[in-house]
Amino acid sequence: MTNVASSAAAQAPAPGRLEFENDYTPAEAERVIRNSKGLPVGVRPKMVWTWPKALLWAAIAIVGAIGWSILAVSRGEQISAIWFVIVALCSYAIAYRFYAYYIQMKIMRTDDANATPAERVHDGANFERADRRVLFGQHFAGISGAGPLVGPILAAQMGYLPSVLWIILGVILAGAVQDMLVLWISAKRRGRSLGQMATDEMGKFGGMILSIFLVVMTAIAMAFLALVAIKAMASSPWAVFSIGMTIPIALLMGCYQRFLRPGRVIETTLLGFVLLVLDIVAGGYIADSPVLAPIFTLTAPQLVIALVIYSFAAAALPHWLLVTPRDYLSTLMKIGTLVLLVIGILIANPSVQVPALTELAFTSNGPTFSGDLFPFLFITIACGALSGFHGAVSSGLTPKAVEKENQIRMIGYGSMLVESFTAVIALIAAITLSQGLYFATNMSTAQIQAAAGESYSAEASAEANAVAATENMQVSDIEGNQMTTTWESVDENGDPVVYEGEEALTKAAEDLGEQSIVSRTGGATTFAMGMANFLKSYLGGQGSLGFWYHFAIMFEALFILTTVDNGTRVARYQIGEMLANVKRLKKFGDPTWKPGNIITTLVATALWGGLLWMGVADANGGINAMVPIFGISNQLLAAACLVLVTVCVVKMGRAKYAWIPVIPLVWDVAVTFTADFQKIFGPLSYFTTAANYRAQIESGALEGEALANARAALSNAYLDGVLSVFFLVMMGVFLIVGIVVVAKTLISGKVGVETTSEEPFVESQWFAPSGLVATSLEKKVQREYSAKLHELAQNAEAAA
Amino acid sequence: MNVVLDKLERAWRGVVWYLREVSGEARYDHYLEHFAVEHPGETPMSEVEYLRAREEYDRLHPNTSCCC
Repeated sequence: MTNVASSAAAQAPAPGRLEFENDYTPAEAERVIRNSKGLPVGVRPKMVWTWPKALLWAAIAIVGAIGWSILAVSRGEQISAIWFVIVALCSYAIAYRFYAYYIQMKIMRTDDANATPAERVHDGANFERADRRVLFGQHFAGISGAGPLVGPILAAQMGYLPSVLWIILGVILAGAVQDMLVLWISAKRRGRSLGQMATDEMGKFGGMILSIFLVVMTAIAMAFLALVAIKAMASSPWAVFSIGMTIPIALLMGCYQRFLRPGRVIETTLLGFVLLVLDIVAGGYIADSPVLAPIFTLTAPQLVIALVIYSFAAAALPHWLLVTPRDYLSTLMKIGTLVLLVIGILIANPSVQVPALTELAFTSNGPTFSGDLFPFLFITIACGALSGFHGAVSSGLTPKAVEKENQIRMIGYGSMLVESFTAVIALIAAITLSQGLYFATNMSTAQIQAAAGESYSAEASAEANAVAATENMQVSDIEGNQMTTTWESVDENGDPVVYEGEEALTKAAEDLGEQSIVSRTGGATTFAMGMANFLKSYLGGQGSLGFWYHFAIMFEALFILTTVDNGTRVARYQIGEMLANVKRLKKFGDPTWKPGNIITTLVATALWGGLLWMGVADANGGINAMVPIFGISNQLLAAACLVLVTVCVVKMGRAKYAWIPVIPLVWDVAVTFTADFQKIFGPLSYFTTAANYRAQIESGALEGEALANARAALSNAYLDGVLSVFFLVMMGVFLIVGIVVVAKTLISGKVGVETTSEEPFVESQWFAPSGLVATSLEKKVQREYSAKLHELAQNAEAAA
Repeated sequence: MNVVLDKLERAWRGVVWYLREVSGEARYDHYLEHFAVEHPGETPMSEVEYLRAREEYDRLHPNTSCCC
């Protein structure tokens, strides 16, 4: 008794004042949840309406509706990009307040009387309570990566409307629902992982499928994101130098924290950040130096080799030396840059250049991704709207640290809304550039040649050919005229000038400190150009464009390198765990066994390194081939998470509300299975692509490098094709297993906690508010809680 | 004037608190609080010892999720 009460007192986050007067109104008093000791441990969720509140929500709804109608109906006129921000924020607010709350009441039925894993296990390590606001930040840093920055850029070729609809509606009805419900089922099961939960709820077979899927999916995601980073770094000495220097910076930070100032994380991060800024500035001098620039000018294949060696080293070196300090930097950049960007958009107030729908929305052969709007746009924009990867994070550290069940909505749903907002910002970056510039940057050399047709000239510059190609493409701008290539800058005298055509492309490259911006596929260059435009508007002006451009590239590359490090590690553990299932290979289950480590790291690196190598060698740039396979696998994993959630919901006897996860599930299955099917059969399929390459190779017309590239593209297409078949079969089976479990449950009629792996009720001794800001009632409860704890401790002392 | 200063100071302390918590810098403080209650009278690990133990724990209990 003594122990529990006094230990709870010591760990109460904010002890508050002890003066508690019983000042609850009768309605409030009814909502306070007390445990058997009389401690108030929570507040029953309830929507309390007052006039000001009702008016506020009405205003939000009206502003949101006006914003949506402006985006949907505006034709042939300029609109401000700020409307995208307004529309997103209003929609998120309404979804969070009403839909997420509805799910909380009907499905999750969170109960603050029940103890969360942090309280049940409370081992002082991973199972340790984290303040909800802190956990929100940590969970967001855990889910967010470069994914949402890439998809919307590539999807912008079809116009902004389908993208913005999918990013916002997708997150509200699918992505955030998935994240929150996976967090919920995991928090109800001691923070178990996806694979374990699938085994518990759907049998060994289901669990195995999910585990294998996670490994393959991780490797694909890493290869894809690494390819994006490499596309931005290739032939750019500035980017290669500044990103390469993050390794010595991380080492320095690691040593500083280990030997000079142990445990001083903030100080170390600030030191690293200052060095990072200096490093980006220095990159500009390197790029200008005729001696040093060639040293740092690397081709894509060279960068692949460097990246593979690096990631292997990162896995082999102790964590504190390289991985941990770089995680600090990337977390700081994740949260800090997002804020800078939003302010930048509000100040720069850029106008949208791209129409709601371009001509490419009605074809299946756009340059950035091929395939029809349905399903491929929904595959291309994966992470910002719906991401299966988040299921792994939501069943990782976060559920082990949640203090109260009522906080699950804010942490799970709320973090995903911020992730979606990142995707909206990436979309704004792409659609505020002139379309000619966008296509010149995002088309591979081969695509430019094909689009330019007869205007293509081998002697002309890449810029001239790119402009010729965009002039040949039937794509209109927002005013209904043929798209143009423009770049706003200043001339030698500092007067503002709008450059056009070829000049716009060369001037843009000059301003950004790059050799050329033509054919920089993958989205990172486009995003960085947009971001540099927003940031220079209030931080540094025109002269700082090159700095901000490379800051943005660094921002994206840091995310990607973090994913590559973590991904290698994650894949390695998962491979180890899978091998450990085989009797003779049990030893692989031990994460400290060195030979096992080396072998599993090699396998993991070989998996993604091989995919990456083939992507780079692909003459069409690789992004085009890799986007669908990445999107499909990610969205299929999301389908698996939703199947698992549905099974849990039905088993709890809440089948009436199963439509909440089933609607996104049906949509997701329709999208992924159609896309996957088209990638296996028909003109868009990987096997058709492979057959084309085979014919080219067999014709004997190719030689030298072209032949090698065609061979690489051939194996790439075959591999992607085989992976597509593998995904379809695996997820088809998983889906069937899910349906069988649901059907069995419904037929037998046996539902409830005892039929699932959900942990039985344990009384909570903790109190903490539920939302980002504590309500007045929660503040009162906090005071009563502190006073009661104090009283209980004193009584116990007196008794002793 | 004092009211404004007071508010500013509280806001600053809030920011520092948040950064320390979110970055994990405050972990050792929480360990000390924990330890004082559960093992009164005993000597807790030093900060460096604690950090090493935490590192070892993370090595044995790897976080198997990653961002995207």
